[in-house]
Amino acid sequence: MQARGGLRLQGLIKRFGDVTAVAGVDLELPPGKLISFLGPSGCGKTTLLRMIAGLEQPTDGRVLLDGEDITEQAPHTRDIGMVFQTLALFPHLSVAGNIGYGMRIRGVRGEDIRRRVEELLELVSMEGLGDRRISQLSGGQRQRVATARALALEPRLFLLDEPLSALDANLREQLQVELRLLQQKLGITTIMVTHDQRESMTMSDLVVVMTAGSVEQVGEPLEVYRRPATPFVASFIGRTNLLRGEGRDGSVTIARRPFDVDGAVTAAEVTVSVRPEEAHLSTGELPERNALRGTVVFVRDLGELFECYVDCGLGEPVVVAGSPRERVPVDQGAPVVVLFPREACVVVRG
Amino acid sequence: MTERRRATRGAYAVLAFPVGMLAVFFLVPFGIMVATSFYHRIEGAFYEPAFELANWQRFFSGVYMERTLFSIGISLFAGAVSIALAFPFTYFLTRMRRRPHVVLLVLVMSALALSEVIVGFSWTVLLGRSAGISNVLVWLGVMNESAAYQPSFFAVLLGLCYIAFPYCVLTLYPQLTRLDPEVTEAAQTLGASPWRTFWTVVVPICRPIIMAGFLLVFVFTLGSYLIPAFLGRPEHWTLSVFISDQATFNANVPFAAAMALFLTFLSLGVVALVMWIEARTRRIA
Repeated sequence: MQARGGLRLQGLIKRFGDVTAVAGVDLELPPGKLISFLGPSGCGKTTLLRMIAGLEQPTDGRVLLDGEDITEQAPHTRDIGMVFQTLALFPHLSVAGNIGYGMRIRGVRGEDIRRRVEELLELVSMEGLGDRRISQLSGGQRQRVATARALALEPRLFLLDEPLSALDANLREQLQVELRLLQQKLGITTIMVTHDQRESMTMSDLVVVMTAGSVEQVGEPLEVYRRPATPFVASFIGRTNLLRGEGRDGSVTIARRPFDVDGAVTAAEVTVSVRPEEAHLSTGELPERNALRGTVVFVRDLGELFECYVDCGLGEPVVVAGSPRERVPVDQGAPVVVLFPREACVVVRG
Repeated sequence: MTERRRATRGAYAVLAFPVGMLAVFFLVPFGIMVATSFYHRIEGAFYEPAFELANWQRFFSGVYMERTLFSIGISLFAGAVSIALAFPFTYFLTRMRRRPHVVLLVLVMSALALSEVIVGFSWTVLLGRSAGISNVLVWLGVMNESAAYQPSFFAVLLGLCYIAFPYCVLTLYPQLTRLDPEVTEAAQTLGASPWRTFWTVVVPICRPIIMAGFLLVFVFTLGSYLIPAFLGRPEHWTLSVFISDQATFNANVPFAAAMALFLTFLSLGVVALVMWIEARTRRIA
């Protein structure tokens, strides 16, 4: 697959009246990959996607597709395929009519349209359903039609705006895998907007975490999970314990106990993120470093996962999670020691 | 089950009053009119009960058949013009910002407060020679001398469309407000220019409501007699004008009744025809 669909965003800003939806975004997105814009609602991720599609004109900044400036181009000249949050299927057309719409607009011959529609129906596992009306389809089928329609013209960019949000949880997980496999098969540059970190981690090559109109962190899913750059990223992607402490000479003191941490300590006030599953419980002695003494507040055993809330005198309880089979037998109210291995303590501010 | 049945019985009770009113004040007069259309007219006096086909014969033999075709023609024309103007207007109205949107909507709706008589007279003045629009054009130096634009076919059409326009907007408004903006955006990302999007997506989606608005104006215009009488020459008069003319000035109620009945069945026929065509084309598409 040739490298087409490389996208560059330069200083993109979008204001709606007094509201700044996107506050200066610079990004270099590699071709052929699936990139997700992840963030809470109202963080500007959809606006950013709409500016790439040309549906929203940036207040400032440029959009470059394969080195070509497309900022001023109207959406219908941009060579993109998009799946909308509402799917936006045409209710007056059949499934085949929807998928073939773009080709009809471009004046492709009827025979060629039919052949391509058949191909696309097969691609999204909907063979033989071309004559159905949109109103006769299930949610998952509608999603597939919207995908096929967006891919019909083999666009350089495939844009997805919360494409699975209308579906129930099981179907969503299934379609996440399907969409990802489809994208890998076609090697098409894909940008997906989502607020679901699980969806983002399932599908993406690259995650762009956004909040309040700005990019917080860009990285591969596991890297973003393991090494969050800011407290926001740490708490938005997965669950985490944010421990506040004082930094001195490259080490951190939390609740008057010394900690070795992963990451540079440069400030006096330091926030350390520890994922629940990377902290451990112990009933033994309190080690010299990287451990806190506490009291078990609450235990939850879900069968696949156990969680233990420990009050270590930090204000909020520390959450420790793990596999139930390796669970250290502790009861509510019991004294316990929480261990924080050095590589689990990621500095997110400091 | 019993709950349901009781509810239905209650619904019948509620419906009884309007149905009764409809029977007494619509069906009975309608029956009287059917009977009257076969009555015998006494020249110089009124009419007496009889059963003769003279009124119907006169209708089918005279100039009235031609007037009927004209009435249908101008009504279809007015319907087409009104929809052609109201559809883009309403479409852009629903895509405006809130404030101008509401202001414009209120303005259009306020035109509904005017009675047909006032509208008719106003246009008589506006299109007249002595105080009409042409005087403004003369004053601006566009024209040499003022002219009268009424009575004329154009004036009748203008008056009819003026009255029908707000009704069209009102009919189209709910559907166009609900039209998902993402649907038109989807068309654009698939390569359709705004113009093609309008014709290949917006209009087809709204076709049923466009037909409904068109039929509304058609029926409405077919029954209109003040506007053609005020703004047209006799050759621009619709059948409705002749009906009122026969009933009030010539005191020929049996003949007027025959014509009115024919007009009623005709408009029902046209409505049925248009709906049939609409249903057929939808099935094919």
